[in-house]
Amino acid sequence: MIATDLIGIEDLECADIELILETAERMQELGERAVKKVPTLRGRTIVNLFFEASTRTRTSFEIAGKRLSADVINFSTSGSSLSKHESILDTARTLDAMQPDLVVVRHHVAGVPKRIADELDSPVINAGDGWHEHPTQALLDMLTVKQEKGRVDGLTVAIVGDISHSRVARSNIYGFLKMGAEVRVAGPPTMLPPGIETLGVKAFTSMREALDGADVVMALRIQLERLSGSLFPSVREYSDTFGLSRATLRYAKDDAIVMHPGPVNRGVELSHDLADHRPSVILDQVRNGVALRMACLYLLAGRERAIDPAVRS
Amino acid sequence: MSNDLPQSPAADAPAPQGSPAQANVVLDDAAIRRALARISHELIERNEDLSSLYLVAVPNGGVPLARELAKNLRELGDVDVTVGILDTTLYRDDLVGRGERPRLRRTEMPSVVDERVVVLVDDVASTGRTIRAAMDALMDFGRPRSVQVVALVDRGHRELPIRIDYVGKNIPTHATDNVLLEGEGGDLDGPLRVVVVTPSRTGRDGA
Amino acid sequence: MSRLLLRGGRLLDPASGRDETGDLLVEDGVIVAVDRKINTRGAEVLDCEGKWICPGFVDLHTHLREPGQEYKEDIASGGRSAVAGGFTSVACMANTQPVNDDPAMTDYILDRARQDSPARVYPVAAATKGLAGEVMTEMSALVDAGAVAFSDDGKTIMDSGVMRRVLEYSKLVGRPVMTHAEDRTLVADGVVNEGPVSTRLGLPGNPAVAETVHVSRDIMLAELTGAHLHVAHVSTAGAVAEIRAARERGVHVTAEVSPHHLTLTDESTSGYDTNTKMAPPLRSAEDVRACRVGLADGTLDAIATDHAPHAVHEKEVEFTAAPPGIIGFETAYAVVMAVVREDDLPPLELVRRLSTEPARILGINAGTLAVGAPADITLVDPTRRWTYDPTKGYSKSRNSPWAGCELEGRVEVTIVGGRLVFHTDRGVLAP
Repeated sequence: MIATDLIGIEDLECADIELILETAERMQELGERAVKKVPTLRGRTIVNLFFEASTRTRTSFEIAGKRLSADVINFSTSGSSLSKHESILDTARTLDAMQPDLVVVRHHVAGVPKRIADELDSPVINAGDGWHEHPTQALLDMLTVKQEKGRVDGLTVAIVGDISHSRVARSNIYGFLKMGAEVRVAGPPTMLPPGIETLGVKAFTSMREALDGADVVMALRIQLERLSGSLFPSVREYSDTFGLSRATLRYAKDDAIVMHPGPVNRGVELSHDLADHRPSVILDQVRNGVALRMACLYLLAGRERAIDPAVRS
Repeated sequence: MSNDLPQSPAADAPAPQGSPAQANVVLDDAAIRRALARISHELIERNEDLSSLYLVAVPNGGVPLARELAKNLRELGDVDVTVGILDTTLYRDDLVGRGERPRLRRTEMPSVVDERVVVLVDDVASTGRTIRAAMDALMDFGRPRSVQVVALVDRGHRELPIRIDYVGKNIPTHATDNVLLEGEGGDLDGPLRVVVVTPSRTGRDGA
Repeated sequence: MSRLLLRGGRLLDPASGRDETGDLLVEDGVIVAVDRKINTRGAEVLDCEGKWICPGFVDLHTHLREPGQEYKEDIASGGRSAVAGGFTSVACMANTQPVNDDPAMTDYILDRARQDSPARVYPVAAATKGLAGEVMTEMSALVDAGAVAFSDDGKTIMDSGVMRRVLEYSKLVGRPVMTHAEDRTLVADGVVNEGPVSTRLGLPGNPAVAETVHVSRDIMLAELTGAHLHVAHVSTAGAVAEIRAARERGVHVTAEVSPHHLTLTDESTSGYDTNTKMAPPLRSAEDVRACRVGLADGTLDAIATDHAPHAVHEKEVEFTAAPPGIIGFETAYAVVMAVVREDDLPPLELVRRLSTEPARILGINAGTLAVGAPADITLVDPTRRWTYDPTKGYSKSRNSPWAGCELEGRVEVTIVGGRLVFHTDRGVLAP
């Protein structure tokens, strides 16, 4: 690993991604044992610092930490630092004084995990920041694709939905491109961020063109509150134009798989039958999440900022 | 490097650059096969119920040795012994240290271990810490009837009260020596050999 | 009788076009002689070899935070920071608490400035009451109290009808209306320039067109009313083009640009440092280029710092929650020297935009080295290198993107009304 922290896939080398995926595959075997817990992180403290409500990701990190025998402390708070009259960096310094071995941060604003990492001695894993990145989600998505398809290199991945407001989209764009896949994004023009092509993807406003020949189709969750920002006119029009169903999936390859970071708005971005059955791999994604996060905790806990240059050389 | 736990967490790192080291072959492929043949006989002698044997290799060096033992037992005892692979990395006692984490290796345990006579197979035994880690890992799979240990080389320097039941060869070494099982062709699937790598001590001795 | 002789410096006087090595004599607060060689006795002598002798810099866009937010800055600390940056006159915006929309408040600010500030302070009064964008202020009374211009800066007058009336009415007092031109509906929640950088960072974008649209509207209203429109902190190529075109057809529009919009791009925000959050935001490299061209050709008349102090704890928050703005007095000259070095902007032109033009826009008696003018003088060393440490500065705040940066070009001495108020070795000396 080149870095002490996992803030974004943008910062990772291809070899880092491969190491994390390989480690996660090893971790998957633990889930089949009678005793699913290993003593690796005994005596270590992992803090889940969640500024944004999240049951799924927090639980996934919590199980991952506990399977490695770490003491996992959940520190959840919502609202901005302004409403609490405590600055983000003060929160970080308070936490640092408690000497955690690793901190997992989620925040509804982009950049906060990085600012906290800059302030802390312990490694930081970004569990999702605003519209910026959600690296562990992208890594578990890549792991799922690798296990389904046997490879990532050379595949065509289509990401459909609200690209502008999606950290999952950004992390997956970086990740799949680094691993040699072709990445396409599709959505209403109001949900395609300006300059998205500079990341190396092709942008489409037609499902037929975006899905043509795709191996992987990833639907993103539509935030229904975006309606008020007049980014799309109605749920019905969205699901008619960008909803994924067996009919639209016919544009993709015959053996294409369907992914979704969850939770699914059934009947909006995914039709009911697709959400539950093959070729959807949504529950595999969730399952892979625990092993993937164990891999990240294992590789990062114990890392030290001071030794960074030595590690790099 | 043996699978015994090294002093430094940089487990898979090559010998440090800049100190010219000398490598002596102490066991060649034929010698290794002779030693394993002998151990196979000892296994048969000491275990009445061969069908309960379960060879569990500690990767990477233990894997080709366990396969060879299984082949011998098939020929000598007409029995198909289960072979498993058990990575001990997550049970290591040096992970509290700081720094780069060692790479995990594959674990494949094809059968349950309950009521089986598990024979741990390692290439080089030294401090005993790897065997300790392997036994802890084993207990997370179930409750074996008993556990025995095979090591191709026992180089001494034990730090834990661990006894090796079947030793291919005792090789006295200096603590700074490195004892390695390697493939002659580079990988462990072909002919094997054991080398002792001795770091040059000329500088230190002032000779 | 106090006499001060500045000897052997490069005299840069944009008002007269003078650019030559020579001496300057100050007597009782007034410039009494400027010549190649002045022989006099009994004067204190300041050796100016290798230095530029400039008319004191004038900053027509600052926030001194008093009254109401003295924890960020007050008129005393702001004034000290100003003279440490070579600014002898500063115009302070009306978004204090309470708002400077009342003659009594203008009076209060001027009173504090007389007591506490080594720099001359010129209040800009609010254009609408409470900066609410609805009801215009008592412009005549405010000018009588000492206001030099009108602005709702920090907020934008979105109601076109109100803006039209404000511009129209301002002709009664003959003072400029300074517009903070950002269409709020287009800005929405935007905190960084909209484009590849905002997309990469995952922060809400503020599109360049939000500024251009609003500048266009205000220019049309200035054209309709014949009033003097001043566009604050221009940041986009589109706005520069609009202003240039308006000038050519004779609209009375002036404009300023900040040191940061001349030198930094949105790429500076990559580390999520809230000290790179401004309103308007740092823009693309093309916008920076257009601003430099505009500065060189005179479309952008003045350089103004938009000095906007915020306390450390206010900036140590989420990028979206942080207040926009940076402090700018003490780095302004060194930062804009990059334009002189990189784009061959003649030093005389740089001084024109730091002193003569902003003085003309505000209608104040400054910005010249003419004999008989008040002795407001800034002495700079154009090549001296130094490392900026905001904790050692005079502002109460530290929110600067240049913290820890090595800069080239340094203010050496600042003189206000003939009094030495800042010396680089001795610090701020008065009041």
